[in-house]
Amino acid sequence: MSEALPTLWFVLIAVLWVGYLFLEGFDLGVGMLMKLVYRTDSQRRVLLNTVGPVWDGNEVWLITAIGATFAAFPAWYASLLSSLYLPFTAVLLGLIFRAVAFEWRGKVDSPAWRNRWDWAIALGSLTAAAGIGAALALTTTGLPINANGDREGGPFAWFNGYALLGAAAVVLFCLVHAAAFLALKTEGGVRGTALRVVRRFLPFALLPMLAWALTVQIRGGTMLTALALVLAAGCAAASWRSARGNRDGRAFAALGAAMVLMVGAIFAAAFPVVLPSTLDPLFDLTLDSASSSPYTLGLMSIVAAFGLPLILAYQGWTYWVFRRRISERSIPAAHAVTPL
Amino acid sequence: MEALEIARWQFGITTVYHFLMVPLTIGLGLLVAVMQTLWYRTGEASYLRMTRFWGKLFLINFIMGVATGLVQEFQFGLAWSEYSRFVGDIFGAPLALEALLAFFVESTFLGLWIFGWQRLPRLVHLLSLWAAVLASVLSAYFILVANSWMQHPVGYELVDGRPVLNDIWAVLTNNTALVAFPHTVFGALAVAGAFLLGISWYHLWKRRHDGIDTVDASGRVQIGTAAAPSRDATDHRVWLRSARLGAVVAMIAFAGTAVSGDLQGKLMFEQQPIKMAAAEAACHDGTGFSVLSVGNLGSQSCDDIVALIEVPGVLSFLANGDFTTEVKGVNTLVPEYQEKYGTHLPDNPIYGDRAGAEIDYLPVLEVTYWGFRIMIGFGAIAALAAGIAFWVLRRGTVPESRWLMRLAVFGILAPFGANAAGWIFTEMGRQPFVVAPNPDFAGVDSVFMFTAAAVSPGVTVAELLTSLVALASVYAVLLVIEVRLLFTYVRGGVASAMPELAHTPADPDGGSGHRADDADVLSFAY
Ligand code: HDD
Ligand code: HEM
Ligand code: HEM
Repeated sequence: MSEALPTLWFVLIAVLWVGYLFLEGFDLGVGMLMKLVYRTDSQRRVLLNTVGPVWDGNEVWLITAIGATFAAFPAWYASLLSSLYLPFTAVLLGLIFRAVAFEWRGKVDSPAWRNRWDWAIALGSLTAAAGIGAALALTTTGLPINANGDREGGPFAWFNGYALLGAAAVVLFCLVHAAAFLALKTEGGVRGTALRVVRRFLPFALLPMLAWALTVQIRGGTMLTALALVLAAGCAAASWRSARGNRDGRAFAALGAAMVLMVGAIFAAAFPVVLPSTLDPLFDLTLDSASSSPYTLGLMSIVAAFGLPLILAYQGWTYWVFRRRISERSIPAAHAVTPL
Repeated sequence: MEALEIARWQFGITTVYHFLMVPLTIGLGLLVAVMQTLWYRTGEASYLRMTRFWGKLFLINFIMGVATGLVQEFQFGLAWSEYSRFVGDIFGAPLALEALLAFFVESTFLGLWIFGWQRLPRLVHLLSLWAAVLASVLSAYFILVANSWMQHPVGYELVDGRPVLNDIWAVLTNNTALVAFPHTVFGALAVAGAFLLGISWYHLWKRRHDGIDTVDASGRVQIGTAAAPSRDATDHRVWLRSARLGAVVAMIAFAGTAVSGDLQGKLMFEQQPIKMAAAEAACHDGTGFSVLSVGNLGSQSCDDIVALIEVPGVLSFLANGDFTTEVKGVNTLVPEYQEKYGTHLPDNPIYGDRAGAEIDYLPVLEVTYWGFRIMIGFGAIAALAAGIAFWVLRRGTVPESRWLMRLAVFGILAPFGANAAGWIFTEMGRQPFVVAPNPDFAGVDSVFMFTAAAVSPGVTVAELLTSLVALASVYAVLLVIEVRLLFTYVRGGVASAMPELAHTPADPDGGSGHRADDADVLSFAY
């Protein structure tokens, strides 16, 4: 039984990351599209309000993934974060700017003010997506860590092609995922533009993620993970077709499924190593060497068994409450606050 | 500077900063939920306006709490990897529980509340706010459990030299946490009380200043109305009620911090005696509480310090509930600590250049001595001021004095200062330990960790300096913007949170409110 607990927690952490990429994936993407594709203020406000009620809840998936890693695999938490000190600092700064920008952008009625926060949202989202992508790619392909789990070789020793690949994979996925989400959640001009983005870019946007998945597959994949990748390709194709056929719901769901399958396959192929060392395979952090005691893991399992379904239920309910499509017509006029 | 110093500065700055937002979130959140409940039950317009106005300020602040809290979650791994490895088996659990059980509820239901006006049934909308607010109180509990474990480790056994959790119940009911939790929540309410009082005072003053309200010969308020619907008689009720609520909450909160703080003092005397001595800058054993000590605290040498005004017996009372117990001074305690935990850091590579260095068991006296006094002093001053304000408000408005109004507004800062001072005292008083030893566990069974051993070995000074400078400057800029936004919304009065009040009925097209009847238009939008 206690043998199974680290495996269970590895699976749960993979679930938290996949949940994070799925949910915050579209609000990060929406943030980037604000500057990349949409031009007018009322279009941008439509974008903001599609994610307004939910982005903070989505971000908690990240907090929980990190917190659960700390509790279940302290050595993984310690080595990954301290090795990637600068990228994670950048991610945090990006998320800080993004968060305050969401809340503050509409609070002063001036174009210059809004423009500044639009940049904060777009660049903050880009930084966060790229940094998280790099970190996830590196934890599956390796970092130069020594016997104690500390990085050797200075502040940039982590930098390599896999970091870039992971960053590209997550950024591009977020962009198409967000476009598919907007097609589903909006009406009118905003929707038309979003659909065009999906139709044109979907196949290319998933390539870096596929390349990352194949890299990990070659190192430690099984028949099962290979099958997942084939299925993922099928889902991507289905998503593309649905988008061409104006079936927004299906396009969004199939695209999400493609990501879930790919990232799931990546974690499964990396198992049971949580953080390989590029210096010496002896230094690899594995489920055994990094995990907490059975008591702690058992306790956390009970809480998660009760907590996770509840979270899915009430977050699902939120999406249902705010299920209506939004268009430029639904946005109230900006309100200028004036002193009495 | 060395990595250790920079890491400590960074943790201190970011955490104290996070804790500027936190007490306002917890305290004001609870009060806004009470206001909305009153509106739900009575349907009175003034309660709706209170909910909307204070709710708006709550949200402007809340988001900064979220943004800065994120950094906290990562920091242990970023800069304190040895700490994370050493205590992760125990310390990670409350953090993960906090995220799973509190943060999800908080963020999801707050989103429902913000965007749910007119879309959710009224009761569901009210309950969403309560869910979010109670979750933030729960999150405070979990993080204080984590912090209390560092002050007073319990519920563990040592396996291969590392603490391993063996009793979660002991960790969750750590007596240190059970008293720190009410102390912190009351401290948060003290902030919210002063916030309500100061801002409402400004508006009552402004109404008098603008000639809307006047006072009759007996000093009683004569409520007037201005042309704008946002400044009618209901508006007066909004500010008067808020001011009175704030004053009462501020007084109760201080009483609460005093009672719980007294219990904390007694635990501290048992659990971290040297912190108690440092709080007093007390060198020799004694019973007296120093009201004022002079001499060179900074020299860290006892022979320089003389207590000028001392009340005999009070320190014994704080520590043990009587007037005669001798509370040990620094001169007695330091040798005791040296005997138990060593005079020099072990020759372990974990300590880097510090290996073998002498251990200084004395916390920075200037900080602990003044931190303790600022906490109690600022808290007491704010409560006293709230009492006087409550009395002044008995006739229904405030004096026309601009000077008094400024005092009320700047008085908001006092409980913030008390909170920050309390944390700085607690955390720096624990030095040189990051995990202080629990005196109940003798010798080999006891777990403790020196701060010098906690820092990430692989992280370079350059990285730490980069993040310190980046975070500190971003935080500084955001604080300026946040305060300016708060000022703008405060000056705008209730109308800043309720656009429909911003336009007089005579306004031909009804201003921005006109589309709100349209079922498709969002009642709230970013
Ligand atoms: C006594 C209360 C208290 C204390 C000591 C701390 N916090 Fe905090 N924290 C809160 C009380 C709080 C809160 C009131 O619950 C906040 C403020 C705004 C908010 O959203 O929740 C919050 C927000 C908040 C968030 C964002 C949650 C979200 O996105 O909704 C994180 C990740 C943390 N905190 C983590 C920490 C860590 C790791 C701390 C320790 C170093 C810490 N906090 C100290
Ligand atoms: C929000 C309230 C808190 C404040 C204001 C606060 C303040 C501080 C300060 C000022 C320091 C620096 C002390 C020094 O360098 O001498 C510090 C250090 C530290 N605190 Fe706290 N703290 C808070 C809560 C917490 C909590 C909840 C935890 C754990 C969950 C914690 C863990 C630590 C750690 C690990 C250090 C670093 C080691 C050290 O320098 O002592 N703190 N804190
Ligand atoms: C409004 C007034 C006050 C505020 C805002 C305040 C705030 C704080 C805070 C934030 C802490 C650190 C967190 C914690 O350990 O809980 C603290 C610690 C403490 N407070 Fe207060 N406090 C106030 C009044 C008092 C009073 C009146 C007393 C004593 C009678 C007191 C005694 C203590 C003690 C002994 C600690 C240290 C606990 C420890 O380190 O073990 N406080 N305070």
